[in-house]
This record gives sequence, C-alpha cells and structure tokens, in this order.
Amino acid sequence: MDKALGGQIPEFNRKAAGADKADLGGMVAFSVGEHRSTLEVLVIVLVAVVIIGGSELALIAFNVPQYVLPRPSQIVTALFTEWPNIWPHLLTTLYELAVGFAIGGLIGFLLAAVITQYPFVEKVVTPYILLLVTTPMLALVPLLILRFGFGSEPRIIAVVLASGPMVMINSATGFRRVDLAKIALARSFGASTFQIFTKIRIPMAMPMIIVGLMVGSIFGLLTTIGAEMVGGAEGLGNRLTYYSALIRMPQFFAIILILAIIGISIYVFFFWVGRKWASWEA
Amino acid sequence: MDHSATVSQLRPVASARPKMVVREATKFYETKSGAVHALDAVSLDVLEGEFLCILGPSGCGKTTLLWSMAGLHDLSSGEIRLGDERIAKPHPEIAMIFQDANLLPWRNLSENIALPFEIKRQRPDRDRIARLMARVNLDGFETKYPRELSGGMQQRASIVRSLAVNPSVLLMDEPFGALDAFTRDEMNLLIQEIWMETRKTIVFVTHSISEAIFLADRVVVMSVRPGRVASIYNIDIPRPRPVHIQTRPDFIERILTIKAKIDHGRGAAIGVAIT
Repeated sequence: MDKALGGQIPEFNRKAAGADKADLGGMVAFSVGEHRSTLEVLVIVLVAVVIIGGSELALIAFNVPQYVLPRPSQIVTALFTEWPNIWPHLLTTLYELAVGFAIGGLIGFLLAAVITQYPFVEKVVTPYILLLVTTPMLALVPLLILRFGFGSEPRIIAVVLASGPMVMINSATGFRRVDLAKIALARSFGASTFQIFTKIRIPMAMPMIIVGLMVGSIFGLLTTIGAEMVGGAEGLGNRLTYYSALIRMPQFFAIILILAIIGISIYVFFFWVGRKWASWEA
Repeated sequence: MDHSATVSQLRPVASARPKMVVREATKFYETKSGAVHALDAVSLDVLEGEFLCILGPSGCGKTTLLWSMAGLHDLSSGEIRLGDERIAKPHPEIAMIFQDANLLPWRNLSENIALPFEIKRQRPDRDRIARLMARVNLDGFETKYPRELSGGMQQRASIVRSLAVNPSVLLMDEPFGALDAFTRDEMNLLIQEIWMETRKTIVFVTHSISEAIFLADRVVVMSVRPGRVASIYNIDIPRPRPVHIQTRPDFIERILTIKAKIDHGRGAAIGVAIT
C-alpha cells in the first residue's frame, strides 16, 4: 500500500494540502507551525537542551577560552550583568526599526494599493521597485551618514528604503489577485469602487500583505543593525562592534541573543496576525 | 434573423406582463485578436413571476446576456429594461447568483449573508435571514466558513444571501454546474420550491438540457457565436415536478427535440467558421 495514502480519507473536493500554496511564496510560513503535537514540542525542547547543555559541557571539556567561544552560562550571565548598559541601545534599535518600518510599510502598502489600479503605471514602476528590493540598502548608509550625521535619521531612512519596497512588492502581488466573480458579486449588490476595495480587494490581498509586512520588518531589522555597525555610537549593532573590539565575547553573544529574540518575536507576531486575518487561505 | 417566428404560440404559464425586456441586445468584446461578437440582436421578454431558462453550449453568450441583465456589463447596442427602467448599472430589485456559490472565504456564513446589507448600508434583516437559513436547512451553520461546507451547502448559503435582500428578479448563472448529480437534483428541487413559494421572476442560465426542462416555464435556446435566440420552448409540465419525471418518455422526447435543435445550430456555426 502507498504509505502516503494509507491512512488518508480520500477527499477530492478539497484541494490537496499545499497544492495551492506554491504561488503564495511566503504564505507557507503560516502553515509551518501548525498542528504541533505534544510529542513534537517535547522533542524540540529536548533538542534545545541537548545543544545548549552539550556545548556548555564540550566547551568546558576542551577548555575553550572565553574569547574564542563563551559558554552559554557565561552568555546568560553577561546578559544580566551588562543589561543596564545594553537596554538604552536596545531602545534605540527598536525605535529606529519601529519608525522606519511604520513609514516604509505604510508607503509600501499605499503605493501597492494605488499602483495596481493602473496597469501601465505598475509596469513602469515595478522595475525600479525591484531595484530597491534587490539592492542592499545598507550600501547607502555611508552616504546617508555624510548627509544626515551620526544620529538615528540615516538609519531610519535606510530601514524605510529596505522595508518599504518589500511590503510594496508583496502587497502588489496580493492586490493583483483579482477575482472577477467576487468583484462582480459586490458590484451586483451596488457596491462602489471604494467598497469593492475595502470589502473585496483588501481582504483578498491580506495574506500577501501580511507576508510583505513580515519580510519587510525582518529586512528592516537587518538594515537597522547593519546601519548601526557602520557608524554612530548607539544601538545594538554598534554594541556588536564595540564588544568585539574589546574581545568581550560573552557580552557580544548576549547582544546576538537579544537580536535572535527580536527576530523570533517579529515572526511570531506576524504568524499570529496571519492566523487571525489570513487563516482562510492556509 | 426572425426571432418571433420560432417563438411558440402557447400562452406562457406566468402572467403575461413582461418584467424584464431585452431589445436587440448586441455585445462585442474587444480582445487582442480582434472583436468577439458575443451577442447578436437578442430580443427577449421575461414575464413577471416566470421561471425562464437560458440554454446553450459554452460560448453562446448566455453568461454575457445574464451579466448585462444584472447591469454588470454594458451592451454595444440595444437595451435592457426592468419595467420602465433602463438597466445600465446594478439594480436593487435584481439579485444575482453565481457559479460555485461565490462566497467570500474570509467571512463565515452570516457575515457572507450580511455583505449585501453592508454594501447598501442597511441593518441585516435578522428574522428574514433566520427564516431563510432554516428554509434551506442551514440553521446552526451561521458561524461556519465556506471551506468547511459542501458545495451544495455553499450554494444554498448564496441563495440565502440573494434572497435576504428580497429582490423581485433572481438571475442565476449556472449555479449548480459544479455540483454532483445528486446534489444537483436536490438543489433543483429546492429552487423549484422556493420559486413556487415566492413567485420571484427567475432567469436561470444552464448548459444542461434536462435541468432547463425540469425547472423552466420556458426554455430559451441560444446559438453559438454570435449568441442569438435560436428558439423558445414552452414547458407545460405541471408543478411540483418530482425528480423522477426526468426519466419519463415525454420528458426525454423534449430533451431530444432541443438537443437536435442545438446540434443543428452548432453544425451550421462550425460550417460558417470554416468557410
């Protein structure tokens, strides 16, 4: 017997699992964490314990010096002892990320919503947006610093430039998914163009908009940290260069731990948003 | 082409007052490979309270005709009227039922049914909706999402959505085409009952000959490219019609008569296309 089919109820009315996900790119992200059994959770936790505990023991056993690779316990200790010096930088980073992403995300969303209504404009603008998406905006940071100094402004601008096009290109994909029948349905009940936009187009684009926001914010985080490493004296990115210059590796890794937590939080947040607002598609 | 010659002389079942009038409706679609002639001078009266089926093969313009009657399409020439009003945009008296139910997947059933009210900025008529939901055996499913329901249930919900705003004309665009044969019979019985209870004017597009005969007071047969009215048949089978009449010899005879007409029309059209 075919193992893949063995215990499955043959349901031909439903689309095969994952069959319509291929064209949605990042949408698969929403289904990655679905339906985890207790056993799976247990194994995941167990793996974490083995990796952390194992590296702790291995680093002790092989007598690896702290400046090469600090032990997990040293990293966590450093996180707590150094916390008073770290948290102002954390706030700076979060502030730059939040402001840059809010501006970039809003511009990207609005641009996508407007541009997809005009196929000609869209065709003209898309190559340039693609250019913005594919060019690392970090490259502009030295230039922006020359112009705006070592404050938060050049980094916020870089985050806007990094996250905005990402949100725009994904949202545009969503808005381009026009279902003529659904628009006709709303129109047949007398819907205005604006009502069609709010009641049909936006909900239909929502899964891709959320994917765009998720990818855009992760790109924003990347750019924030990178920009802080380039210049200035504030932010977690700056702390990375600072601690590594002083060979204070436990503190260095504590910053990386914080960055990982921020990244995961962003993912979990948008995963939750996707569950709530775009679950109809997954 | 003279349409009136093919119109049967029998008096229609419904009252003789035309509810909707289609006059010389002609429609071209502009495409990259040139204009497509979808409708050619289609003239048709839909009588008040009548169940009219429009029957034809794919590409005969029956959906184009229906969408024009719903005010979703402009005509290239000719006009469509509801009473004295010219239909140029969707009219509140006319509701449309689409292929594949066309429910919004991000809304549950009651939110789907509330959509027309939201659009019209009215409060949903809760009592009426509850009665309709019970009538189509969907009570208790209000909070379910479309993907959790069978095709038949989805289409029943879409019927409720259309009837909830109490239109006087229902336009149905191959509503049961995607359903299996058993569900389809069930839906045909249901729509017959609803029609007998409400006496709404129904224009029902289908490519199933037996479905058309089973449901209709009159069957309008259309020919292919350009879409024309080929002939109109009165169906005087008394109601309620049970599902099994579809196996009776006289019913099958009607099917064969109409089929012969469609095949003939199609053959001619292909001949035209080749030369």
